[in-house]
Amino acid sequence: MKYKLVVSFLLALLVAVPVVAQQDTTLADTSAAAMLPAPATMVQAKDADNDHGHAIDVTWELSADDGQGAGTVLSYEIYRSESPDGPFEQRGLVPSQKNSYTDIGSRDRESPDYFPDYIDFYYRVDAVAADSADRALSEVFGPVHSYGQWFNTGRIPVMVGVLIFAILTILFVTIAKKGRELYVRPLAGIDAVDDAIGRATEMGKPILYVLGLGTADQIATIASFTILGRVAKRVAEYHTKVIVPCYDPIVMTVAQEIVKSAYLDAGRPDEYSDDIVYFVTQSQFAYVAAVNGTMLRELPATNIYMGKFYAESLILAETGAVAGSIQISGTDEIAQIPFFIVACDYTLIGEELYAASAYLGREPVLLGSLKAQDYAKAAIIVLAIVGIVAANFGWTYFTELFQVVD
Amino acid sequence: MKRSSYIIMAAVVVLFALSWIFKAMALDGETEHYITRAFLVTFSAFLTLAVLSFLYRDNPFYKFAEHLFVGISAAFWMCVGFWTTIVQNLIPRLSQPLSEFFEVPYIGGSFSIRFYLPVILGILLLLRLSRKVGWLSRWPLAFIVGTTAGLNFVRYLRSDFIQQISSTFVPLLGTRWEGFGHFFSHLDLSATGQLSMILANWVIFLGVFCGLIYFYFSKEHTGVFGKASRVGIWVLMFTFGASFGYTVMGRISLLVGRITFLFKDWLGLIS
Repeated sequence: MKYKLVVSFLLALLVAVPVVAQQDTTLADTSAAAMLPAPATMVQAKDADNDHGHAIDVTWELSADDGQGAGTVLSYEIYRSESPDGPFEQRGLVPSQKNSYTDIGSRDRESPDYFPDYIDFYYRVDAVAADSADRALSEVFGPVHSYGQWFNTGRIPVMVGVLIFAILTILFVTIAKKGRELYVRPLAGIDAVDDAIGRATEMGKPILYVLGLGTADQIATIASFTILGRVAKRVAEYHTKVIVPCYDPIVMTVAQEIVKSAYLDAGRPDEYSDDIVYFVTQSQFAYVAAVNGTMLRELPATNIYMGKFYAESLILAETGAVAGSIQISGTDEIAQIPFFIVACDYTLIGEELYAASAYLGREPVLLGSLKAQDYAKAAIIVLAIVGIVAANFGWTYFTELFQVVD
Repeated sequence: MKRSSYIIMAAVVVLFALSWIFKAMALDGETEHYITRAFLVTFSAFLTLAVLSFLYRDNPFYKFAEHLFVGISAAFWMCVGFWTTIVQNLIPRLSQPLSEFFEVPYIGGSFSIRFYLPVILGILLLLRLSRKVGWLSRWPLAFIVGTTAGLNFVRYLRSDFIQQISSTFVPLLGTRWEGFGHFFSHLDLSATGQLSMILANWVIFLGVFCGLIYFYFSKEHTGVFGKASRVGIWVLMFTFGASFGYTVMGRISLLVGRITFLFKDWLGLIS
């Protein structure tokens, strides 16, 4: 009996141990599976819109454990490979609750982050828990490749604006060329230019024309070139002297051409000298020091500051006031306009500088563009009123028309 | 020069020498090159005072500081332009022998016209030194002015036109309009700051509206139009006043910096 009991116990032990062992393994497996979050699903990838290429948008459905379920997902890691079988390299990381990522690379072939266009890629998104080893891999999506677009649909509002403005400009230029008088209201600062030139002639003193610190590609400098041409022509007609110290070498070159042409137009090419327009330095305050010195040594009858100015505006204008010169200024640099207003006799504020070139020249092209600008401003007023009504009544479809994408 | 001018200049030279000596004595033991350091501090103080002397009137000391500043800065920026633009950016993309000559790594490879175009334009610009072919220098100028004006046109239209319009789309009633009943039942001026929001939106709207009228050049500013234009210029002047005060504060800090240099680094009166 004892023998039977011992044999039964041993047999039971032999059967029970593997079962318990298997149960332990199953429990361990179940425990490990419970730690892994659910994977991201519906992974999609497509070329990013409205760009020059080198970018792919990746989207996915959030993991079932992201914010709900077990709530274990803390982030998503985006992987890319040239083959569906890998190897995959990590391209990005986004926090939980985010279901999109734009994989952007460099377009520079020499860059280590170069992202080639028209090369097929495969994407995978890993849902990652607190322990980065606990991750659920999504299915691989692909192939997909990036490419540049010829047309950026996000900039359609800009294109429409350019077209409307261009049409308006052509229309008004044509009208002006036909000889129709286009009214431009008087600008005190510009009316003073002719008086100032006359004053300089009577006093036998020079006129100092400062083009500012802008470069030749800035609108304010371009507008200033036009005014300089007009001033130089009058100066040549009156046999007065003009001094144009320049901060930028390219600006100096353009200014020399303009002044030379103006002297030619006035019928006095012999009076032109390259020394009228000269380069000083490209250091801001060294330039100011030189111009200030010129003001006190030459004692010009009139100082004209037109163009792009920065911190030097008040220093120049104050010195000019001390020298007793009539001062006329104009800039579109908003932070500097107050200094010119307090220290100069006349100041052209912002767009008045652009209008001044048209007002002085009276050329159909400039007058036509000025008229087009005025109509554009009228359009802004009308659109702003409609937009405010739309904002009050929640008509988002109208306000969205003016959203410009980079 | 007058005799008094010679006396003043001699006095300044003596003061400079004394300052150098006393500064060197003060710095002895503090730094290895104390004589050079003392000279640089004294010279900086002299230049600072020379520039400030312009407040009195134009004088030889200011002229000296001015010419020194202009000459050094012009030479400095020419060298910076040459070494950073031509040597570091252009040559490594154009020529291997030249890259080796200037000891910069050659990064060129396949031929690319975009690197040769600026070279050609630059050479054309230099042709203005020649009387015969000087007219060719107008081509790069036309290219620079025309291209950048065109590019800026689109940029300005976007930032100053389209985005300016959308920035004025503000609800003047504070909230979305859903009828008088809803508006008055939800109007809580003190608790939610609705009043300040409504006021701010009205200021934006009226400021833009009247400001644009001021910059409207095709109509005479008389009658109602003229009154709106006056409001526009008032808005502009308030803005400029605020900007003026803000910038003056920044300038005062620059002055404080220079005075600190004089009293601390030079005279040692501030610890």
